[in-house]
Amino acid sequence: MSAPTTTSPPETAAPAKPVRQLGDRIFAGSATAAGVLILVVLAGVAAFLIVQAIPAFIAPSADLPGGRNIFLYIGPLIFGTLLSAVIALVIATPLGVSVALFITHYAPRRLAQGLGYVIDLLAAVPSIVYGLWGVAVLAPASLGFMTWLNTYLGWLPFFAGPVSATGRTMFVVGVTLAVMILPIITAVSREVFLQTPKLHEEAALALGATRWEMIRMAVLPFGRSGIISGAMLGLGRALGETMAVAIILSGSGIITFNLISSANPSSIAANIALQFPDSTGVAVNVLIASGLVLFVITLLVNSLARWIINRRSEFSGAN
Amino acid sequence: MKTIRPSRARVAAVGVAATGALFLAGCGAANESGSGSTGSSGSATAAVSGTISGAGASTQQAATQAWVAGFNGANPDATINYDPSGSGAGRTQFIAGGVDWAGSDAYIKGDELTKANERCGGSIVEVPVYVSPIAVVYNLQGVDNLQLSPSTLAKIFDKKITTWNDPAIAADNPGVALPATPITTVNRSDKSGTTQNFADYLKGAAAADWSYEVSDTWPVQGGEAAQGTSGLVGAVKAGQGTIGYADESQAQGLGQVKIKVGDAYVAPTAEGAAKILEASQRVSDGGTNAFAFKLARNTTDSTAYPITLASYAIACTKYQDPAKAALVKSYLGYVVSAEGQQAAQKAAGSAPLSDALRQQITPAIEAIGSVA
Repeated sequence: MSAPTTTSPPETAAPAKPVRQLGDRIFAGSATAAGVLILVVLAGVAAFLIVQAIPAFIAPSADLPGGRNIFLYIGPLIFGTLLSAVIALVIATPLGVSVALFITHYAPRRLAQGLGYVIDLLAAVPSIVYGLWGVAVLAPASLGFMTWLNTYLGWLPFFAGPVSATGRTMFVVGVTLAVMILPIITAVSREVFLQTPKLHEEAALALGATRWEMIRMAVLPFGRSGIISGAMLGLGRALGETMAVAIILSGSGIITFNLISSANPSSIAANIALQFPDSTGVAVNVLIASGLVLFVITLLVNSLARWIINRRSEFSGAN
Repeated sequence: MKTIRPSRARVAAVGVAATGALFLAGCGAANESGSGSTGSSGSATAAVSGTISGAGASTQQAATQAWVAGFNGANPDATINYDPSGSGAGRTQFIAGGVDWAGSDAYIKGDELTKANERCGGSIVEVPVYVSPIAVVYNLQGVDNLQLSPSTLAKIFDKKITTWNDPAIAADNPGVALPATPITTVNRSDKSGTTQNFADYLKGAAAADWSYEVSDTWPVQGGEAAQGTSGLVGAVKAGQGTIGYADESQAQGLGQVKIKVGDAYVAPTAEGAAKILEASQRVSDGGTNAFAFKLARNTTDSTAYPITLASYAIACTKYQDPAKAALVKSYLGYVVSAEGQQAAQKAAGSAPLSDALRQQITPAIEAIGSVA
């Protein structure tokens, strides 16, 4: 969409100045100030990250943690961040959409309402609680499943093993993150599915569609942008998730697609949380530089989501 | 230190003041608001007062809490802040003049030592205050009494030995049926003085099998990594065939490896840890008042336990402010005293300094004074 989206009253065409009262002016001023404040905060964060990251980029490799090039240091972290988020998304998106469809189109109204509350409650659980649950319950419980994956699907690089002895793997992190972002995806999808025009649905049913065909023809096309924006919101949370990953993951600075061994790439946010307390000098700058990278990645993901939603909205079936 | 027999009213006041001071100390180093404990018992002459701030090793945190509590009992008007920001950060802040003393898991040396002496306008005082054995913990079903030589231990943690029935392990454990379970080494995922001292031991006792540089970050990639001592112990407990390293006080309920020292295999004990300091050579780069020890990791004295963490307090011999000097002197004096060391043992499970060592280092603390 390249056309201007906001249309203020055309000032050139209105020679007579509208009457402006004090209340109007105060409200307009405060609204503008609030809008500007957001930009200032964002610019401030970006400026801080850039200024603090510069020393890390110009320092000689020997001074950096591990004596390696900064890109060799941050590279595995970027990989780990993206990998964990993608796993979470792959698990949570279909699940979240299914739950939303069940709530909006299958469940009896009373059950749907209760289920909706429970899903919203999941979103309110602090991430550190998910972390503790992941490391104390999910990790040991998934050992058997991971061994099974390794035995029967070991030819896939994802399950090459050797299987971790403790279960603190990328796979478990992905599942935990999926549980964490499930409520976001579900809530957004549910809201959008509920807004599907009744006429569309009834038209589909009248043409002899089954309920599943009706959902495929009317609900999903209409809700596509909602699903995507929900998934992207979830992705944003998964990318930035810190404590759960720091607690669960057995991470080191390597790049591997192997999801079930004890050697995993750590994620940017978790690595900052783990290393910051005892870091000094240029090591802090390196961590901030990795934070800058995460900032950029998150910005890109959000922009991409915006772009997809804008592009899709024309074909959503609502018009 | 003279003790005063307090009146009943004063006891109550002291209690209130001590609570206030504790509360302030609990607020962390950010709280610079002076002697907030509104001295109602200010008539005490022997007790010192004022505020000092320290920063550094988080290993000392639990012990420091006990020390501050104990010290405040006798000196209710004193406020001691300690920010467990890490050894490196503590030394940096000390050099920059931001804190009055630093806690460090490694003794100060080289460039940092020169700068620290400059900051003090003379020389530093450096004494070991917190000594603790590091246990090598493992979880292996059917093996209750594991013994390892330094070389085997280094190979295990370097992932050169990957199964428990390796001939090298069998040679250290004659007559023990070892399973073919794969070995999972567990290391810290955060920076840690425990890691640094464990790596230093491997380097010192098995240099041929440990080629990595000693730092507070674990050098071998691809092991099981866990956050904090509790995370590491949890990971060792959760897995089968796991081995890791943790402060001995936190390692209860797990198998502890006996390490070969000289001709015998030695289990981690507080006595052994205290002993290693006596057997170690003093590094006198820092002058007469710096008691830094290059721990004898390769000692052959089987009464000593060489995988030991020694954490230091670093202060100045001269402070501009006489009150500050008196407070630092008094506080560090309490820390190394038998009473202070026992408090640390109770709170943090450390090994109390031996009397011989205390006699050695006391003159260094006595040397603290003001410029005037």
